[in-house]
Amino acid sequence: MEFVAQHPVLVVSLVKIAVLLGVLMTALAYLSWFERKVIAHIQSRWGPYYVGAHGLLQPLADGVKFLFKEDLTPPAADRFLYILAPFLALSLAMTTLALIPFGPSTVYIFGQPTQLVVANVDVGLLFLFAITSIGVYGIAIAGWSSNSKYPLLGGLRSSAQMISYEVSLTLSVVGVLLLAGSFNFNELIAHQQGYYLHFIPRWHVFPQIVGFLCYFVAAIAETNRAPFDLPEGETELVGGFHTEYSSFKFAMFFMAEYGNMITVSCLATILFFGGWLSPLPDSWTWQQYIPGVGLLLTAVYLAYDTVRNMSGIGRIQLTVVTLLAGGIGLLCLLPAVAPVIQGPFWFLGKVFLILFFYVWTRSTLPRMRYDQLMSFGWKLLLPVSLLNLVVTSLVIVWPYLVKHG
Amino acid sequence: MSVPFILFFLFALASVAGAIMLIVAREPIHSALSLILVMVSLAALYLLLGAEFIAAVQVIVYAGAIMVLFVFVIMLLNAGVEQRTNLSKMAPYAGLPLAVVLLFGLAHWMAHSAIGTTVANGVGAPTQTAASTRLLSEMLFRKYLFPFEATSILILIAILGALVLARKPE
Repeated sequence: MEFVAQHPVLVVSLVKIAVLLGVLMTALAYLSWFERKVIAHIQSRWGPYYVGAHGLLQPLADGVKFLFKEDLTPPAADRFLYILAPFLALSLAMTTLALIPFGPSTVYIFGQPTQLVVANVDVGLLFLFAITSIGVYGIAIAGWSSNSKYPLLGGLRSSAQMISYEVSLTLSVVGVLLLAGSFNFNELIAHQQGYYLHFIPRWHVFPQIVGFLCYFVAAIAETNRAPFDLPEGETELVGGFHTEYSSFKFAMFFMAEYGNMITVSCLATILFFGGWLSPLPDSWTWQQYIPGVGLLLTAVYLAYDTVRNMSGIGRIQLTVVTLLAGGIGLLCLLPAVAPVIQGPFWFLGKVFLILFFYVWTRSTLPRMRYDQLMSFGWKLLLPVSLLNLVVTSLVIVWPYLVKHG
Repeated sequence: MSVPFILFFLFALASVAGAIMLIVAREPIHSALSLILVMVSLAALYLLLGAEFIAAVQVIVYAGAIMVLFVFVIMLLNAGVEQRTNLSKMAPYAGLPLAVVLLFGLAHWMAHSAIGTTVANGVGAPTQTAASTRLLSEMLFRKYLFPFEATSILILIAILGALVLARKPE
C-alpha cells in the first residue's frame, strides 16, 4: 500500500493498461468472428455457426485450438529470432493503443478526474508513427529467421511494401497536422469541434478528403490487408512470412494484424472523424441516452431471436448474451455513467464502422499484382499525397501572403 | 531510487549491451538488430531527458527507416556468417589497458566537468516539454534556415548521384 501511495500515477497507469489489455484481447478475438461472419454473409454463406449460438464461442474454440496445437520450430531456423519475431509483432501492435484517447481529456470516475488514455504524450502522433515504423521488423525477422524460401520472399515483399506505403501514410496526415497545428491527439480532436452551417461537424475529413483517401489506402497496405495482402498470398507464397509458424506463435501474428487494423482505424477516427466528438449538435441533450437505448433495443431483438430461432443450448447461450446487453444498456442509462460513456461510445462506433469497411473491402476486391502495388504506391499515391500537402499549406499561408505581400 | 533513475540504468545497460553485441555477433542480421536495440534505447534516454520530439524522430528515422534498409539488403543478399581473421597479437596487451584507461578518464572527466555535473543533475528532471517541438522548428526554420536548406540540397544531390550510379547502362 505504501508503494501505491508513493506512485499514484504509476498505479493508475497500470490499472488502465490492465483494463485496455483485457478489452483489447476480447476485441481481437471477436474481430475475427465479425470478419468471418460479415464475409460469409456477403458471399451468401452462414459463417461460424455451430460453436455457440451464431458461432459466438468460435473465437474461444480457436484460442483453445491454437494453444494445443504442436508448436514446431524448423531445425534450420535461427531459434532466438524465430521466437522473438511474433512477440515483437504483437507487443508493438498493442503498445500503439496506449496512445489512443478513448474519451474527453477529463472524465469523472467515482468523482475522480481521469483521462481515458494510458499516455497523453505531447507528440502522440509521432510516437505512434515511431512504434509502427518498428513494426516492420516483426515480419522481416519472421521471414528471415525461418530460414526457408517462401517465408523469406514473403518477408521481403512485406518489408518493401511497408516501407513504400509508410511514406504516403505519413505524408497524407501532414495536411491535418497543418490545419490543427499540433501533434497531440487531444488538441487534434479539439480542433474539430463545432459545425459548418450549424449541422455538419467540422471534421477534418471534409477539407482533407484527398488526405483521408490517401491515408486509408496506405493504411490498408501498411497493415497487409486485402487487396494489398501480397505478403501472405497463399497461391504464390504458401502463406508468406508465417509459413513456418504454427500453434500460438501463428496466433500472435494473427492478433498483431488485427491489432494493427484497430490502431489504424483509431488513428483515422482521431485525425479525420473527430475522435470521441459526437456528430450530433451539443444542444441535443437527449443524445446521452443513445448508447443505453441502442443496447436495450439490441437486447429486445436478441430476445426475439432467442425465442424464435434458437433451441437447446443455443437458447441458453443467447439468453445470457441478451441479459448482458440489456444489463449494460440499463447501466449506461444511469445518470452517473451516461456522461462517462459518451466519448468512448462515439469513438468506438466510428472505429467499428471503419473496421467494417476494412472487412467489406477484403470481401469485394481482388488482390493486386506486386508490380501494380509498387507502381501504384510510388507513382500515384505518393504524388497525390504530396500535392495535397502543397495545396493545404498554400491555402493556410494564402491570407498571410495577401496581407504582407 | 526513483522510477526514472531505474529506467535510465535499464536503457543505458541495454544500449551498451546492444553496442557490444553489434561488434561480437557473427551473423550480419544479428549485428543489424543489435544496432536497432542501441538506437531505440538511446531514444528512450532522450525521452527521460524530456526531449519527446527528438526521441520520436530518432526511432522513425534511424530505427524505422535507415535500419530497415540495412536489414532489407542483408536479407536480399543473404549474406553469410562473418569470417574471423586471427586476432591482432597487440590487442590483449595494448588494446585492453588503453580501453580501461579511456573509460576511467571519461568517467573522471564526466564527474568533474561542468557539462558532466549538469547532465548528472538533469537526469530524471525533465525539462519543459510542451514548447520543445515549436522551439525546435523555430530554430530550424528561422535561425538556422540556410544551413538547413543547404543540407537538404546536399542530400538531394546525394540521392540523384545514387540514382545515376545505380541506373543500368543504356
